[in-house]
Amino acid sequence: MKVLVPVKRVIDYNVKVRVKADGSGVDLANVKMSMNPFDEIAVEEAIRLKEEGVASEVVAVSIGVKQAQETLRTALAMGADRAILIVAADDVHTDIEPLAVAKLLAAVVKEEEPGLVLAGKQAIDNDMNATGQMLSALLGWSQATFASEVTIEGDHALVTREVDGGLQTIKAKMPCIVTVDLRLNEPRYASLPNIMKAKKKPLDEKTPDDYGVDVSPRLSIVKTAEPPTRKAGVKVGSVDELITKLKDEAGVI
Amino acid sequence: MNFEVTEEQKAIREGVAAVAKQFDDHYWGRKEAEESFPFEFHRAMAEGGWLGITMPEEYGGAGLGVTEASIMMNEVARHGGGSAAISTIHINLFGPHPIVVFGNSDQKSEWIPRLVSGKDQVCFGVTEPDAGLDTTRIKTFARKVDGGYIINGRKLWTSTAQVATKILILARTTPIEECRKPTDGMTIFYTDLDRSKIEVRKIPKMGRAAVDSNATFIDEYFVPDAHRIGEEGKGFSYLLHSLNPERILVAAEAIGMGHDALGRAARYATERVVFGRQIGQNQGIQHPLAESWIELEAADAITMKAAWLYDAGMSCGAEANAAKFLAARAAFTACERAVLTHGGLGYSKEYQVERLMREVMVFRIAPVTEQLILSFVAEKVLGQKKSY
Repeated sequence: MKVLVPVKRVIDYNVKVRVKADGSGVDLANVKMSMNPFDEIAVEEAIRLKEEGVASEVVAVSIGVKQAQETLRTALAMGADRAILIVAADDVHTDIEPLAVAKLLAAVVKEEEPGLVLAGKQAIDNDMNATGQMLSALLGWSQATFASEVTIEGDHALVTREVDGGLQTIKAKMPCIVTVDLRLNEPRYASLPNIMKAKKKPLDEKTPDDYGVDVSPRLSIVKTAEPPTRKAGVKVGSVDELITKLKDEAGVI
Repeated sequence: MNFEVTEEQKAIREGVAAVAKQFDDHYWGRKEAEESFPFEFHRAMAEGGWLGITMPEEYGGAGLGVTEASIMMNEVARHGGGSAAISTIHINLFGPHPIVVFGNSDQKSEWIPRLVSGKDQVCFGVTEPDAGLDTTRIKTFARKVDGGYIINGRKLWTSTAQVATKILILARTTPIEECRKPTDGMTIFYTDLDRSKIEVRKIPKMGRAAVDSNATFIDEYFVPDAHRIGEEGKGFSYLLHSLNPERILVAAEAIGMGHDALGRAARYATERVVFGRQIGQNQGIQHPLAESWIELEAADAITMKAAWLYDAGMSCGAEANAAKFLAARAAFTACERAVLTHGGLGYSKEYQVERLMREVMVFRIAPVTEQLILSFVAEKVLGQKKSY
């Protein structure tokens, strides 16, 4: 079984995000970029499936600017077998919308015919949480989102999902789409020998036109703003004072 | 001219950072206090394949150059481990260079994979009590006997000899008086470090308590012919090959430590509030830190230039020396400023910067002093008469 893993190049989770002066988005010029952490977890899971003998090949795919090649090399260095880069934007500030990404992925799926698509539940840059679900709809495949445990049993996937109030285990018919959550696994680090091997692994470069998909935006960003700064707190002298303030000033009890 | 970092170099930095970040200040502070070798860190780096970065691919290494090794060691130095983290693995990168270049294929296939996997650790027996940079004056002597050599002598500053399984020994095989040139008549051996026969005595020192430095006493130690590297009498010239790479690496390491200290100082300067404002808002605090950044970046530029020259097969002696000189001073000043920025807390062990300051001193002294670098540049670059 082949596993397809979409990976996105996003602003590194350690970077303090700055809003561009014109409010059109987040400033990404000269900022450290990394693989979306949830996608890293998806890559790790796919590699583990291969190590267990469940998967035969792991293909990573990224859609975005040319620099996403780095992100794919990271996936290859972790252990993916080959990669596909769909160059869909020139400007690092252009974010391809989930529907366009899902359509491109659907086209890749038709070409590659994987038995499983393992994706991050969402990208940490825009938090859309939509691509996996849209891909499932476009393909008519079953979907299991927010996975914290994945087991493949014959033609079914047993997926434990993190839902409000607990864990839910569902059985999904293969081929299917699984989007992964934080606690599924702890991704490995790329070792030096694997970084060296990754250089020699195939990386195909494509464009949206190759798949006949229109990636022009359907949404427009009205405004991007920093979260309001937190005001300084006050110290209270006693429990009674705290209760009074909570009642009278904050109005929460 | 291209300063762009390649994809592979970025991946190296990230891969090394991922390993280094698993070992926090608490770990390095404890190693320092207990004076115990950072075996866990050594193992983690070996498991990631990092010890083989400069070793040939056919023996399990990655076959990369000084540029990549410098990037790796710079990153190793940036995460609190200071020179303890560096020295745990430093010697692996260029110490075995004479074996790689001049060893025979049996020696290489037997020894190098064990160094790459971390099964063997090597220490370096070159410096002696009466011969520091004046290497030709070494007194350790290897007397030819049937099937090998008997070695007698003393070595100084043999780092990691408390834990190493192998030792690379430079010994005279012909007395200096009988040699045509003082640099002739020395031979390199790579052999087992049998601590029941070679006495290894720890030297208490200013910093880096976790990684030992030693005085080593070799008394009637038999070394078989198979442990001799290359030809008898050519040892010194073999050693010269690794001098420039070592200087470049040391520069990269010092810069990494300087950035670690500077980062801590900058963080503290934005957190600490005195007289109603962050201390970093005062130019008396922020300007010295900015100056350190400038100095470290300048040193980094010439370090990477020297590495590039070396990897391109060009002469890099002046640049490698200049890099070591600038980097050590920039790092030293950055650590000093980091302590001063922290004020009284900088003097306490809790904030780590005093440890970095003690450790960074060694880069101004080793592997070559500032004075000898100046003499080298004066003589070789500026055409002045030799002063010593």
